[in-house]
Amino acid sequence: MTNENQDPSEQTKVHWHRRMFEGRATVFAIAMTIAISIGGIVEIVPMFTANSLSWERADHITPYSPLEVAGRDIYMREGCYLCHSQMVRPMRAEILRYGEWTRAAEYQYDRPFLLGSRRLGPDLQREGGKYPDAWHYEHMRDPRSTSPGSVMPPYSWMHEDKIDPSDVGASIRALAKVGTPYVGTDDASVASSLQAQGNTIVQSLAASGITAEWDDEIIALIAYLQRLGVEGRAYLESQGGQQ
Amino acid sequence: MEETMTASAPGTRVEYDMDIVKMFFTATVVWALVGMLVGVIIALQLAWWPANLGLPWTTFGRLRPLHTNAVVFAFAGNVCFTGIYHSMQRLLKTRMFNDTLSRIHFWGWQSIIVSAAITLPLGLTQSKEYAELIWPIDVAITLIWVVFAINFFGTIARRNVEHLYVSIWFYMSFVLTIAVLHIVNSLAIPATMLRSYPIYSGLTDALVQWWYGHNAVGFFLTTPFLGLMYYYLPKAAERPVYSYRLSIIHFWALVFLYIWAGPHHLLYSALPDWAQTVGMVFSIVLLAPSWGGMLNGLLTLKGSWDRVRTDPILKFMVVAVSFYGMSTFEGPMMSIRAVNALAHYTNWVIGHVHSGALGWVGMMSFGMMYWMVPQIWGRQLKYPAWASHHFWLATIGIVIYTVSMWAAGLMEGLQWRALNDAGQLASPIFLDITNRLDPFLWLRLIGGTMYLVGAIMMAINFWVTIRGSGEPTATDAVAVGAD
Repeated sequence: MTNENQDPSEQTKVHWHRRMFEGRATVFAIAMTIAISIGGIVEIVPMFTANSLSWERADHITPYSPLEVAGRDIYMREGCYLCHSQMVRPMRAEILRYGEWTRAAEYQYDRPFLLGSRRLGPDLQREGGKYPDAWHYEHMRDPRSTSPGSVMPPYSWMHEDKIDPSDVGASIRALAKVGTPYVGTDDASVASSLQAQGNTIVQSLAASGITAEWDDEIIALIAYLQRLGVEGRAYLESQGGQQ
Repeated sequence: MEETMTASAPGTRVEYDMDIVKMFFTATVVWALVGMLVGVIIALQLAWWPANLGLPWTTFGRLRPLHTNAVVFAFAGNVCFTGIYHSMQRLLKTRMFNDTLSRIHFWGWQSIIVSAAITLPLGLTQSKEYAELIWPIDVAITLIWVVFAINFFGTIARRNVEHLYVSIWFYMSFVLTIAVLHIVNSLAIPATMLRSYPIYSGLTDALVQWWYGHNAVGFFLTTPFLGLMYYYLPKAAERPVYSYRLSIIHFWALVFLYIWAGPHHLLYSALPDWAQTVGMVFSIVLLAPSWGGMLNGLLTLKGSWDRVRTDPILKFMVVAVSFYGMSTFEGPMMSIRAVNALAHYTNWVIGHVHSGALGWVGMMSFGMMYWMVPQIWGRQLKYPAWASHHFWLATIGIVIYTVSMWAAGLMEGLQWRALNDAGQLASPIFLDITNRLDPFLWLRLIGGTMYLVGAIMMAINFWVTIRGSGEPTATDAVAVGAD
């Protein structure tokens, strides 16, 4: 235990740090808690203050529909965000590749955020409308059928497994509780919304000769992917933005 | 209250709880192998997609969180607990506060890991990196952490040494900060028993998450390991710590500055510019206290460098501290906006993380464990040469890993942004760039496999050593006197 007394000066005069903290664990713990709190408070608290709230709010962005919420949950379940980012950066090459860079308000209903940290596949923030529904259907079944050389694994179970409307209802009610403005959060409203939006995708797939049902998981995922970045892009175009 | 020495009158025999150290030690070795094996599997999946096996439970998207959780919370977490339970009893000359709490902590933590290993492949996740576990497990983590904190501060309160050694400061920052980070980042509204939605949304959620994520690296993988360094490196080198003053300065600077750096994960996002800039500036400043720790570690070896040539334990520790210095240089550089524009979203980040995780955390853990086996089991290592082989396999493995990821990351970053003479994208098809990564992904797999093989050799070596024949020699499980 020699290494605790390595400081020769302390034999004559006790170092201030030793006096103040090292013999007093409670004082030490309080001082440390203050030290580790300042940075987080300075950076995070302003995001919640009254005049800052507007920085990530805009009326032209609507909440995710129940089917899109179900699709987003599938996106999270499969860890899509581990290979696909959702953040177009304000750089020339990114705007050329993906479209207009992502504004803060476009994420306002994202709980949790899905910006990702890695691009093994392309960014998906402006994915909506880039490909037809049938493309996504086939891409998830066999990625190499639509994208030769793709390294993505197939997700064929999404074409057989079903979403559970009452489970989606629970999600919608939880999201409403944290402030997402939903009207009709009861199971019946959620189920009819799911079915209505699901059937539009089923019909668009039928036009390509694909038979699917409104409650297939893949339908929910397509609904989610096809809305990504669409409202933000439309708004920016209406404002005469570039691209 | 802690000014009065509560526990033992001088001359009392203090019996350390060695069983709990052995339990955490064993768990560490097991989870190290599991976590690294999953790492090698997902590295193979990235190089060769059929290794996803076409099953929901074995795809990359579900196994990657399993890998990160297993190496961070299972392997590194158990390393911290092993070292803390071992060293703090000695540093404070007292037994752990409460044996039952120690065991609740141990079994609780292992149960959390097992539940993570079950839920993540099932696709049950909150999708926040390093905070994926579903809300009931988050609640369990909070409870077990409180148990650990009570045990930790209770032990401090009944210490038989007046002053707290620098290792204890770092351990304390681990206990306190992880509690704050975990609770704030996990606040969510449950929808079902298996699913919840965070109370934060959009970029605010991203900011809270990266405040958490970056400081999980800081206070789960850095400060507790600096605490371990301050105890085990001087022990292994049989030298006192180089500078007491430097340890004070770099400790306070590190814990204060680290917490600010989170926004460097969100550069070029639509997060307000001031927050991005603050994150960048503090990340760069962070270089100073990080290197203060590195220098204090390396200079402790002053006068012992001849032993570094022959002693595998010191080799592990020197390389660990060197990788700490390297990755804490690389990190601030990558936080500079212009560099981040190139590095973000590429394999460079993966390389950076692994030079810290394999280089600093892994090598420091191995050094500590090789030193500890004879101390706690009273048996000399059965195959000392294997420790040296392990060292070289791991070191060369890390170099292959990081260099291939640097090359891959630079290539991706440059090709994503490359424009032709007409001002259009030079590689408009994203997949073309991904496909060019192939050789680097295979190289990375080789590097990672070498690291895993080294760890397997270590596990075998420990197994045969601990189960060896003959009576073990005396350990220092009993401190006679409390002077």
